Amino acid sequence: MLAILLMAPFVWMLLVSLHESRSSIPVLRDLWPKEAHWENYRFVLLHPDVPVFRFLLNSLVVAGAVVAGQLLVCSMAAYGFARLRFRGREFLFSLFLGSMMFAGTVTQIPTFLLVRQLHWLDTYWALIVPGIGSAFGVFLLRQFFLQIPLEIDEAARIDGAGEWKVYWKVILPMSRAALATLGAFAFIATWTDFFWPLIATSSQDMRTLEVGLSIFKNSYNGQNWPLQMTAAVVTLVPVLAVFLLLQRHFVKGVTIGSIK
Amino acid sequence: MKRSGTPYFFIAPALLHLVVFGFLPIMFALWVSFFDWKILKGTMPFVGLGKYQELMNDPGFGNALLNSAKYALVSVPTGMAVAVLVALLASDQIRAAGLFRTVYYIPAVCSTVAISMLWIYVYLPENGLINATTALFGLKSVDFLNEQGWAMPALAFMSVWVGLGPRMIIYVAGILGIPPSLYEAAELDGARGWRRFWSVTWPMLAPTNLFVLVTGTIAAFQLFTPVYMMTRGGPLDSTDVLGYHIYVESWKKFHVSNASAQSFLLLVVIGVLAAVQFKLAKRQLEGYSAG
Repeated sequence: MLAILLMAPFVWMLLVSLHESRSSIPVLRDLWPKEAHWENYRFVLLHPDVPVFRFLLNSLVVAGAVVAGQLLVCSMAAYGFARLRFRGREFLFSLFLGSMMFAGTVTQIPTFLLVRQLHWLDTYWALIVPGIGSAFGVFLLRQFFLQIPLEIDEAARIDGAGEWKVYWKVILPMSRAALATLGAFAFIATWTDFFWPLIATSSQDMRTLEVGLSIFKNSYNGQNWPLQMTAAVVTLVPVLAVFLLLQRHFVKGVTIGSIK
Repeated sequence: MKRSGTPYFFIAPALLHLVVFGFLPIMFALWVSFFDWKILKGTMPFVGLGKYQELMNDPGFGNALLNSAKYALVSVPTGMAVAVLVALLASDQIRAAGLFRTVYYIPAVCSTVAISMLWIYVYLPENGLINATTALFGLKSVDFLNEQGWAMPALAFMSVWVGLGPRMIIYVAGILGIPPSLYEAAELDGARGWRRFWSVTWPMLAPTNLFVLVTGTIAAFQLFTPVYMMTRGGPLDSTDVLGYHIYVESWKKFHVSNASAQSFLLLVVIGVLAAVQFKLAKRQLEGYSAG
C-alpha cells in the first residue's frame, strides 16, 4: 500500500511524458494517454535549443570518472588504514572520520576560487577532481577490509608478494561487493549533484544532466508538462538502472554507518 | 613488520585530496570571513569579527536561520516518526523480500531536480495531485508553494517522502538487531503492543535514533535544491533557508565575506547541534542501563 503511494508519482511522470507535446496537464481521469507519444523522447534528446544529449554524455563521463577515481583513491587509503601499521595511523584516520561531519556549504566558495585559480572552471576537471576523494568511502571500505583475515595477507607475503601486489591481487578481488557498494554510492551522488556543477560550469555544453534539467524546465517556464516530464524521465533512467543493478550492495552501505 | 614509507604511499592520494578539498577550503573560508572582500571593487580590508557582529543584527540572516531551524524541527522528527512506524509494520515483510526495500529506496536515489519538478505538480493549485484530490471532497484549492503559511510545510512534507526509504532501512536494521530474548522477557512481564514498543524497542533503538537524528539535522540545515527549484526562497522569504540564503549572498550578490561568515556560522551551528544530540543520547543510554 505504502509502496504504491511512493511509486505513484513516478507512474504519473511516465504517463504524462507520453502525452502529446504542448497538451495541458492531464486531469487524473485522462491520465492514461490515448496514444503513446514516444517521439517526445526523440525530440527531447535531440532538442534544437537545449543540448540534452550532450548533458547526458557529460553526466556519464563525469560520473564514470568519479567512480573510477573514488574506487582507486579510497581503496588504497582503506588498505593502508585496515591492513598496515604505521605511525600516526589513528590520528590520520580520525581526520577522515571528523571531516564527515563538515557541512558542504562552507567549502563551496573556497573550492570555487581554488578551481578558478587552476583554470579548471567550465571543464571536466572541475567536475571530476573535487569528487574523487571521499571520507565516507575510506570508512566504508576500511570496515569491509577489516573483516578479511590477516593470515591471507601474510600467506601472500611469504610467497614473496609486495604490498602493492597484496592490495591489488589479493584484497581488491576479495572485495568486489564492497567496491560495488561504494561505486553505487559514488555514481548516484555524482549523477544527482546539483550545486557544484551549477556553479563550476557556465557554458551550456559543460552542464551535467541534473543542471541541464533545471535549464530545460526554465526554458519551458512551467508550460508543456509532457516534454518536461520526458526530460525528467531521461534524467532518472540511468541512475535508476545503476540503483536496481546494485541495490543489494547499496542497502548494505546505508546501514553500515548506523551500526558499528 | 618492516618499516618503510609504503603505508604512507597508500594513504597519500586520499589524504592529499582531504587536505586540498576539505581542510584548506574551511581554513580559507574562516580567513576570508575576517575581511570585507569586495570582489567587484577588488578591495579587501581586515575587519576582524566585524562580519560576525554584522550578522547578529542582520534580519535577513536571522530570518534564514529561523527558517532552517523551523524546517529541521518539522521535517526531521516527522521523518523519523514515519520511518519508525513503517519499519515496525514492514520489518517482517522486508526480511522476506528485497523487492520492498528497493521500492522504498527509489525516491532517495533520484535526481533532486526531477523530484522537485514532480512535486511542483503535486502542489499545483489547478489539477495538482493534492488539490485535484481534495476538490473531490469539496475543499478549496490551495496554492501550496505560493502561500506564506504553506510553502515551508510543503517542502518539509516532500522531504519526509524522499527520506523515508533510507531512514526506514536503517530502522529495520536496528529492529532486526534487537535480541529476541528481550521480547521474550517482556512477554513474561505481560508487556504487549505499545508497552512492548516503549519498554523494549524504543530504548534499544537509541543508537539508531541518534544516527538518523544527527545526519538528518545536518542535511536539513543544508537544504538547497528543492528551494532553488520550487520556491526561490519565497513567498516573502518564508522559505529562505540558510543553504539558499548563502547561495544568493555569494553567487548572486557577490558578498563573499558575508557568505563565508554565514557558512562558517552554519558549520558551528551544525557542530553544536550534533554535540548536544550526542550528549543527550548518551545520558539517555546511561539512564537505561542504570535503570
